[in-house]
Amino acid sequence: MAEHLLEVRGLKAAVEDKEILQGIDLCIDKGTTHVIMGPNGAGKSTLGSTIMGDPRYEVTGGSVFFNGEDITNEEPHKIAKKGMFLSFQNPIEVPGITLANFIRTSMEQQTGKRIRVWDFKKELQQTMEVLQMDSSYAERDLNVGFSGGEKKKAEILQLLMLKPSLAILDETDSGLDVDAVRTVSLGIKEYKKSVGGALLIITHSTRILESLKVDETHVLVDGKIVANGDSSFIEDINENGFERFL
Amino acid sequence: MKEKTYVDDIDRSLYDFRNEDKDAYKLEEGLTPEIVSKISEEKKDPEWMKEFRLKSLEIYNEMEIPDWGPSIDGLDMDHILTYVRPKDNKMQNKWEDVPEEIKDTFTKLGIPQAEHKSLAGVGAQYDSELVYHNVKDEVVAQGVVYSDLESAMQGEYGEMIQKHFMKLVPPKDHKFAALHGAVWSGGSFVYVPPKVHVEIPLQSYFRLNAAGAGQFEHTLIIVDEGAYLHFIEGCSAPKYNVANLHAGCVELYVGKNATLRYSTIENWSKNMYNLNTKRAKVEEGGKIEWVSGSFGSHVSYLYPMSILNGANARCEFSGVTFAGKGQNLDTGTKVLHNAPNTSSYINTRSISKDGGISTFRSSVVVAKKAKGSKAAVSCQSLMLDDISRSDTIPAMDIRTKDCDIGHEAKIGRISDETVFYLMSRGMSEEDARALIVSGFADNVGKELPLEYAVEMNNLIRLEMKGSIG
Repeated sequence: MAEHLLEVRGLKAAVEDKEILQGIDLCIDKGTTHVIMGPNGAGKSTLGSTIMGDPRYEVTGGSVFFNGEDITNEEPHKIAKKGMFLSFQNPIEVPGITLANFIRTSMEQQTGKRIRVWDFKKELQQTMEVLQMDSSYAERDLNVGFSGGEKKKAEILQLLMLKPSLAILDETDSGLDVDAVRTVSLGIKEYKKSVGGALLIITHSTRILESLKVDETHVLVDGKIVANGDSSFIEDINENGFERFL
Repeated sequence: MKEKTYVDDIDRSLYDFRNEDKDAYKLEEGLTPEIVSKISEEKKDPEWMKEFRLKSLEIYNEMEIPDWGPSIDGLDMDHILTYVRPKDNKMQNKWEDVPEEIKDTFTKLGIPQAEHKSLAGVGAQYDSELVYHNVKDEVVAQGVVYSDLESAMQGEYGEMIQKHFMKLVPPKDHKFAALHGAVWSGGSFVYVPPKVHVEIPLQSYFRLNAAGAGQFEHTLIIVDEGAYLHFIEGCSAPKYNVANLHAGCVELYVGKNATLRYSTIENWSKNMYNLNTKRAKVEEGGKIEWVSGSFGSHVSYLYPMSILNGANARCEFSGVTFAGKGQNLDTGTKVLHNAPNTSSYINTRSISKDGGISTFRSSVVVAKKAKGSKAAVSCQSLMLDDISRSDTIPAMDIRTKDCDIGHEAKIGRISDETVFYLMSRGMSEEDARALIVSGFADNVGKELPLEYAVEMNNLIRLEMKGSIG
């Protein structure tokens, strides 16, 4: 059997003794695009965070393998260095470090190499152009005072600069207007094209998926995956909702 | 849940170097009129200064030790050498002439590098004497006077000094001000003539280097009408077992429509009692900007005061205080609105960890005649663990209804979500926490010249922002 990029087996996770994930099985192969849908409170964000090693969630059962390595209780920064990325639903405002310095620091942390300022600036600028971000954002403090749309663009900017082999996008389209969704979608397509990485898209709407080729769709309800399908499944859910899975 | 790690104590190995104590002589350990007279003679004080010292000593002996703040019981004034001077105490204007041993210490502190980066002048105090002093030609050409206070007192500015010396901070202010008046030694005198805009910051680096030695440097700065100056005072002291005392005094006179920015990073070693008094008087339309970072010391009492004495005078105060293990840092600021339409803006951050105590204490007084004045006080505290403490004591005394006063205080911890966010981008937990703390202190960091911002971030064990910025 070929090795999967991500292999989640029977994953259970709890916060303050409340079990949120109740045995998740999920395999993602290199370069593929998976979508996780489900109603609010199903555990979608918890799944993304737990895979990324969020210490606020306690893994109470099962395992997570990434590139064949057991990362079940690994720390987030070590998982990041192995090539995983999580785009946050609510990116955090961090005063005192600019977006550009944050990205450069992250790149240097992950590669262990110093990056030449000139090369970095050039790449950053080009990438910001793709995302139609005003270049002034690079010198602003990370997410501080950014609009919802700019915060999400800043997440996608990090994705494009860090070039992970797996990107988990947690509700990246929530709270965005049509134009912002289009730009973010463009960024995600750019990631598929230039990096060729795999995607795990967590969403409860489908707007962001319209222009993406989806390989597999999973429905998460009450901490369990209750249905799987291909891209046509999305349309089905769109029309008929989640009710039949509840 | 995984176990949390915490931001480590500042690594002091970089700063805690000391030289062998080779000083030529030390005076006896107690404090008597004879000792004060001897200091005065050694310094070739003018007669008025000798009298001033002796009068201050009398006041010192009459006054009680303050009992309202952190304990200073560890201080034994009878065993503190108040006056130590290096062997070769002649003023130096050229770097080559500074004695090797002293030069070595300064090199470790980065003094020459800082100067090379076009800082206007260096007045560095080694123990109680200025040994190295250099003012760039262009500043002198502008008519700016920047020298040590002792020699300035002898020259053409003697009268100006007599008129201003300890008038803002009189010896009766408190016991340690009286002590300062009696034994002060070293420090800086700056006079900026009307309308002169000093482009580059002047800086002074103070250091203590003898066991049990107090340091009583006096800084007197007069910025005349319409002039501008940025003065930077950086402090670092090596570690000793004997309790050390710092009772310096800073007096700042800001003339009509003049602006003075006074920046300090204090990094005393953790046995230091830092009982420093700083005060500024601002005339009509003038402005004082304080940028203040307090990191070291065992106990600090530090409340720079701004007296807004003319209409439309302004004050801005940006401060950060970091209290770690064994530290009790009582810091803040005082403002007296003493004229109409004056304004003050106070923005402070305090950080405490490992059982450290950080207290923010402020006093804003708006006099009856200060109609149309504005005051805004904002203080934020960050506690890095459950054993540390942070207190906020903001006092306000408002004597007129015609003014606009605001106060906000926030207290918090580092959120787990923020740490996770940074870690998900490849930062270790320790780096993530250090970055958050540094960002929290950015109200001061962003006001400092780059070298100092870097040093401050080093002190927060965080080179991240500065080294990549």
